[in-house]
Amino acid sequence: MYKPLTKNIVSVLVLNKANVLARVVGMFGQRGFNIDSLTVSATNDPTISRITIVFDARATSMQQIITQTEKLEVVKSVTVLTRENGLYRDMLLMKVQARPEDRQAIKNIVDIYRGRIVDLSRDSLIVELTGTPNKINGFIDVMADYNIQEVCRTGITAIEVAENIGEGDRDD
Amino acid sequence: MKLTGSQIVAEVLLEHGVDVVFGYPGGTALNIYDELYKYSDRIRHVRTADEQGASYAADGYARATGKTGVMMSTSGPGATNLVTGLATSYMDSIPVVAITSNVPDSLIGKDSFQEISITNVTMPITKHNFFVNRIEDLADCLRKAFQIAQSGRRGPVLVDITKDVTAASTEYQHQEPLPLKEKPVISEEDARKAAKMINDAERPVVYAGGGVIASGAEELLRELCRKADIPVVHTLMACGVLPSDDPLCLGMVGMHGSIAANRAVDHADLVIALGARFSDRVALNPQKFARRARILQVDVDKSEVDKNVQVDMAVVGDDKSFLEKVTPLVDGAKHTEWHERVLNWETKHRYPEDPDASLHPSEIMKIISDYTDSDTYYVTDVGQHQMWAAQYINHRSANHFITSGGLGTMGFGYGAAIGAKIGKPEEQVVMITGDGSFNMDLNEVITAIREKLPIVTVLLNNNVLGMVYQWQTIFYDKRYSTTINDNGIDYLKVAEGFGAKGYRCSTPEEFDAAFKEAQNSDVPVWIECLISPEERVLPMIPGGKTVDDMIIN
Repeated sequence: MYKPLTKNIVSVLVLNKANVLARVVGMFGQRGFNIDSLTVSATNDPTISRITIVFDARATSMQQIITQTEKLEVVKSVTVLTRENGLYRDMLLMKVQARPEDRQAIKNIVDIYRGRIVDLSRDSLIVELTGTPNKINGFIDVMADYNIQEVCRTGITAIEVAENIGEGDRDD
Repeated sequence: MKLTGSQIVAEVLLEHGVDVVFGYPGGTALNIYDELYKYSDRIRHVRTADEQGASYAADGYARATGKTGVMMSTSGPGATNLVTGLATSYMDSIPVVAITSNVPDSLIGKDSFQEISITNVTMPITKHNFFVNRIEDLADCLRKAFQIAQSGRRGPVLVDITKDVTAASTEYQHQEPLPLKEKPVISEEDARKAAKMINDAERPVVYAGGGVIASGAEELLRELCRKADIPVVHTLMACGVLPSDDPLCLGMVGMHGSIAANRAVDHADLVIALGARFSDRVALNPQKFARRARILQVDVDKSEVDKNVQVDMAVVGDDKSFLEKVTPLVDGAKHTEWHERVLNWETKHRYPEDPDASLHPSEIMKIISDYTDSDTYYVTDVGQHQMWAAQYINHRSANHFITSGGLGTMGFGYGAAIGAKIGKPEEQVVMITGDGSFNMDLNEVITAIREKLPIVTVLLNNNVLGMVYQWQTIFYDKRYSTTINDNGIDYLKVAEGFGAKGYRCSTPEEFDAAFKEAQNSDVPVWIECLISPEERVLPMIPGGKTVDDMIIN
């Protein structure tokens, strides 16, 4: 179970073109960094995409991967996100076995975490939950009492906050 | 004006003053080559023996002239043959542009005949690359390729063009080359701080790398060092940054560097690293490199700062701008005591050589030096001969020693020598190689003969893959795994077969006579020098070790 805020997170703005993701990810691979999670999508400017990368690094190698990434022709900027300056979200889809007698208990937990049940079948249901990575970890932990069949997480997406107030993993 | 993609390729080359390209034709490149035929009065195409040779030739051309070298190939195997050359250029920051053609866009992604995604293959060994499958993008991509290759820290760029684009037409307008991207500006404050570090030092040493050569800063470096009495050690890439016989030149630093150079870095109180990257062949033990010194690093590439060795101060900028700003702020100084101490360490030690041999590498390099001058280009392959050339050639000018440093590419030499000779036709080009490397690249003599390039090759033949053999001798208990060349190749007959000329010698006198004669040849020549397999490259600091562990005999 990863605890993202002890990891490094960078937000990379890139040109929205073919093969750009491969260049950025390739750079991390070549320089020996293992990516824990990655999200990518276009920004409000359709020519620019944002890649959010969560990875492990020591301080010196952190500087190295940032300056190397900045050199790529397709990269506009690299921002390091910290506990203070970033707002983080992760989304979870979880399929869990739910016999009719379990449904209410599961729904109670999902409500506490402010998630939603988005699909229901005879003996399973699917939960959608958005939140800080810690919150999602917590939910998965609590749900361990049930028979979790599948879990899918988007990985962290993050954005810089306007002012340095409070903590980056502030709750939603 | 409406032009085809192939015409646009030729026109953009002309926009950038390109009058020679190195390459090899093929199926998807047919349209481009048809156009080169029509432009042959303005663009000379040099067809090499294979595309690998073209990639080294473009690289050697760029090293000798400072201009961007251009290579061309067809798709698939043609393009993949460029890879080692591109990697060589990438590691040594040499500006080259590769133009490859690919299968028509409609066949892309279908494992078509001779289809390879060369942009994916070359991603980690180019500064950038372009895949062009729209005619409208072609001219701009090519222009950007030239801009990127020459901007900042230079390097290779590849443009892959689908065959349909080479046939399609679009509007073309002549343009001046794009301005180079702006260099980082060195602040007054950084300049003052750097000057203060230099002024405060009692035992300063300059550690000069390829960046000094790339920025054309060797004269400024000499000025600084004379003014402030600073001895210089240099990397393989910066041979000739100071003349070998300059009293301030301590020689090469690192694994096979001189005793004086390595000790100077070890005892200095300030190391001024100019365009050098603290590679593992120099800072063999990064924790102990320059352990008594503060380090001032200057590099045009920010990502070099603190990469291998943590420095005390870094200035991001090119060496020329740095020296222009800082030298006037540096006080004239005499470090008499330091200087004497440094000079007491043997700078040009005659290292022990095989007593039974009748011809030694140092003698060969001395004779080459005697018959050549400051305009001569020395091109090497990779291995023992390369180190002997770096150590013993009397380097008289910067930028005249052409060698594969970072990648250590065996087989680089002949192609690079062809590129250098074509770039500098008036100057003498001497290729120094060993039997291992020469067996990889001697096919390029075909090109030298066709193009009438009287390159003199000095082949140090010890009948082993010398550098590996040396390691096996020292570290592998003389288990000579696959390093013995006992084919008994008759290099004189080989020369004859190609239409070149061969000499063989086994004493300094014979080599002297052969070299003298070879210089006047109008065909390519090689002189096979029979040397002992027991000759070693010394001194040697094993990887991860320090100057204290130096093997001297």
